[in-house]
Amino acid sequence: MRIKCPLCGERDRREFYYVGDAVLLERPDPEAGDHAWDTYLHLRDNPAGVTRDLWYHEAGCAAWVVVTRNTVTHEVLKTELAEKRRRKLVEGAS
Amino acid sequence: MRIAGKGLVDHGTPVRFSFDGRQLEGFQGDTLASALLANDVKLVARSFKYHRPRGIMGAGSEESSALVTIGSGATQDPNVRATVQEIYDGLAAHSQNCWPSLNYDLLSVNDLFAPFLGAGFYYKTFMWPKVFWEKLYEPVIRRSAGIGALSGKANAEYYEKAFAFCDLLVIGAGPAGLMAALTAGRAGADVILCDEDSLLGGRLNGETFEVGGMAGSDWAAETVRELESLPNVRVMPRTSVTGAYDQGTYGALERVSHHVAAREGRPLECFWRIVAKRAVLAAGAIERPVAFPNNDRPGIMTASAVRTYLNRYGVAPGQRVTIFANNDDAHRTARDLVDAGVHVAAVIDSRAEAPEGAGYEVIKGAEVCGSEGRKGLEAVSYRRADGSVDKVQTDCLAMSGGWNPTVHLTCHMNGRPNWHGGIHSFVPVPGAIPGLEAVGACNGAFSTHRAFVEGAEAALRALGDLGVKAKKSVVPESEDSPYRIEPLWAVAGKGRAWLDFQNDVTVKDVQGAAQENFRSVEHMKRYTTQGMAPDQGKNSNVAALAVLADATGRGIEETGTTTFRPPFVPVAIAAFGAGGQGTGFAPQRHTTSHAESVRRGAPMIEAGLWYRPSYFPATGERTWRQSCDREVNMVRGTVGVCDVSTLGKIDIQGKDAGQFLDFVYANTFSTLKPGKVRYGLMLREDGFVMDDGTTARIAEDHFVMTTTTAAAGQVMRHLEYVHQCLCPDLDVAMISVTEQWAQFAVAGPKSRDLLNGIVAEEIDNESFPFMGCGPATIGGVAGRLFRISFSGEHAYEIAVPARYGESLFKLLLERAEAMGGGAYGMEALNVLRIEKGFITHAEIHGRVTADDIGMGRLVSAKKDCIGKTMSERPGLSGEEREQLVGLMPVGVVKQITAGAHLFEPGAEPVRSNAQGYVTSVCFSPTLETSLGLAFLRNGRARHGEEITMVDHLRGVTTRCKVCDPVFLDPEGGRVRG
Repeated sequence: MRIKCPLCGERDRREFYYVGDAVLLERPDPEAGDHAWDTYLHLRDNPAGVTRDLWYHEAGCAAWVVVTRNTVTHEVLKTELAEKRRRKLVEGAS
Repeated sequence: MRIAGKGLVDHGTPVRFSFDGRQLEGFQGDTLASALLANDVKLVARSFKYHRPRGIMGAGSEESSALVTIGSGATQDPNVRATVQEIYDGLAAHSQNCWPSLNYDLLSVNDLFAPFLGAGFYYKTFMWPKVFWEKLYEPVIRRSAGIGALSGKANAEYYEKAFAFCDLLVIGAGPAGLMAALTAGRAGADVILCDEDSLLGGRLNGETFEVGGMAGSDWAAETVRELESLPNVRVMPRTSVTGAYDQGTYGALERVSHHVAAREGRPLECFWRIVAKRAVLAAGAIERPVAFPNNDRPGIMTASAVRTYLNRYGVAPGQRVTIFANNDDAHRTARDLVDAGVHVAAVIDSRAEAPEGAGYEVIKGAEVCGSEGRKGLEAVSYRRADGSVDKVQTDCLAMSGGWNPTVHLTCHMNGRPNWHGGIHSFVPVPGAIPGLEAVGACNGAFSTHRAFVEGAEAALRALGDLGVKAKKSVVPESEDSPYRIEPLWAVAGKGRAWLDFQNDVTVKDVQGAAQENFRSVEHMKRYTTQGMAPDQGKNSNVAALAVLADATGRGIEETGTTTFRPPFVPVAIAAFGAGGQGTGFAPQRHTTSHAESVRRGAPMIEAGLWYRPSYFPATGERTWRQSCDREVNMVRGTVGVCDVSTLGKIDIQGKDAGQFLDFVYANTFSTLKPGKVRYGLMLREDGFVMDDGTTARIAEDHFVMTTTTAAAGQVMRHLEYVHQCLCPDLDVAMISVTEQWAQFAVAGPKSRDLLNGIVAEEIDNESFPFMGCGPATIGGVAGRLFRISFSGEHAYEIAVPARYGESLFKLLLERAEAMGGGAYGMEALNVLRIEKGFITHAEIHGRVTADDIGMGRLVSAKKDCIGKTMSERPGLSGEEREQLVGLMPVGVVKQITAGAHLFEPGAEPVRSNAQGYVTSVCFSPTLETSLGLAFLRNGRARHGEEITMVDHLRGVTTRCKVCDPVFLDPEGGRVRG
């Protein structure tokens, strides 16, 4: 499997560390309540199809990358720096 | 029988080898199979289940019958296909799966019991009693049914792994592959051309027709020479592409030195991971046998294999050859044999409209329906259309049921091939592997001309996709004969007709599966083991599907195929895992003090990948405890030195560094003054403790964080995550400097005296108070000094750039020893910290909260931090939780053991009564007692109570007193010096 790091270019997936759903970027407010926090930490979709998850270019530039890919075809549809995505989310919220 | 002067082998270079101890001779360029046939050795193997005599069936990597063992002892290599193994001087091959010998195999008694041993026999027979399965049935079945055996000894042979990248990967170097590689190579693209064979050219080397006015094999050789002359083309013979994976990644097995006697330091095999922007699959096709009664005798081969042996190796596999076919292509075999002067007994063609022969008889509309000859073919019988049966004396039958495109790689990413009614076989679905195009025979295009055209066109398309300009290649003149075939899968008649020769699966077995309602192709496969042998059904799958389709009254298309999975050919685990043995599996990380510690006789223990000294034995000490006790007393009494470089060190800088640390640590760091160090506790977002350590503020915008040795990588990842994913706008940057700094703990009442002797700066309580830090110059080298303590003593940690680590370690030891101190290792370090109740990952093991370890108040109420919200959940603090306590023995038994459980005195020691568990233990020479750290339900409120420790594993029961986890100097007087 190959992942395109937005900084380094296409690299073997062995250079990356995987954590899971990119929903981790959407940290709730401390006062958001049990339900929001439970959802944020523990509830995950397991789609057959397009998914968005977080990979860390650990053996490379140390960038966290949001990878949009298809779990059925294994196609990597898009990669984006997590910090860019986070900024977009914050802008969208305000 | 060798035909003088014929073939592509080097007739001038004889090669001596042995088979089952018999000395034989072949030529350079022979495979073991061709050399055996040249010596008229026809019986080479015994079959898997029935121990039937078997010969050589094919001439390629798909060989289903001729499996042998090469070599002996630790390097013995079983299940080698004789058709792939090239001979070299001294090669020693042995037959396998027979006892006492290939010729006289006692286990061939299985063949007599064949009526009872059909598919499903084991499942139905060896059911009861259940215990007999493991003890009796399975061992006996395994003993009698099987293929080659491993030596059971460690194999020291060397395997390698490699990575490669290219614009175009061409898989297969037959006409289609050579044309594709030539087109792309001439255009300047980076090309890798892989072929399983030692000699590139594919069928061109096994046929007699011309290409571009010269012999096909000459054209292939000339083309390969041109490709090898191009700097942008890598030609890889003896390399099987084994699998197609995501994003253009391919696995390939290169047989580097199986074919030579002297390896000269080369690996046996190399496993390649090739990343290709585009790929052309030119894998060719495999000729399929026909299932007729007793179709497995030595001497019965595929028609194309007979041609290959004749044309490429100059070997006639028989003296009176019969051909049995359902297509025109197999008639080439008869023509080539006649041209070479070999007698053709007859061509038996199942088609009424078969072409006429030239110099041989064609019996049309007839089917071979039986064979004779126990250890070698003697005769075949055939049935004419009118039902009459005749017999023909023959020592070799060349059969052909048509060709199956080698679609395997196109199915590795879930693709299912399409049924092609014109060729009565499966063809690849375009796009099944992104970026890969199948061409030539593996795409169902069976003429040489079509192979050339498709190869050239696919290369041009690939180059176009990549934006490489290319000229259209001129396709050489070659044969373009139509592929005429009428399907023929199985011939009816008395006797077993083999489908899967390797796993001894017959037509009757597949019909039986259908009868027992295993009608799905996947069920049939598992019921009969059809296609599960090392050849993975390459020879047999399509015919077996046809038989199943017939038995279930369905079409073949509707019946479908089983799943083709990687690897395409068997790959040794040693090749897949090349480089992963020994230090390749777990690299060793050494500190700068490693050599000196080893020189001093310290046994090293693993801490992750690091190696750390366990203790430093002094003269006369016989046990680790003696050394450990002495080292603890030394630190408490004078001074000790310990390498702590393995702790993670993260350099954090930026205007917002303080704010960032406030967010990742439970406690506050933005208020820390430069020149000060603070203990920090880090939580996971779910509220549990992740790690702890000290962080020093070097300057207003500069911190150095330490982590535990074990969690260094995890914390680094976590910090980057928090920064990039949660607060990217903070002005902060971080990098691991664990390996850049060598750091040593100098601990004990005389630590300051020692340091004042070597550090340029004056060290006192003013300049370096407890939890102070600052620059320190040692011998002109700029270092850092931290007044921190993991022992509870007046202590420092001194850091220098790693290149000065070894000399500083030696200097510190020299000074310490002059003061009555010395080095201490991990055992003493552990005792020192337990005496002080300091935690490690034995305590913060992922299931404890800040409150559990008595640090609930550390979680600042004034700010948000990672894990704060979730740590406030009900149930994560309070008296229901197991809390950190100290344990001291109070009864006769003095032993406290890690992992033991705690119970109320008198309570039955069962799980439902468990009150907690022990995490760390030691013998304290300072307090002269065993000590334990433990988690105990509501433990903080139970100091002074008695509790029973029970270790069910070691059989230890100890009465203990619950106490504060800080056993020594709870006021902290020592540390402040």
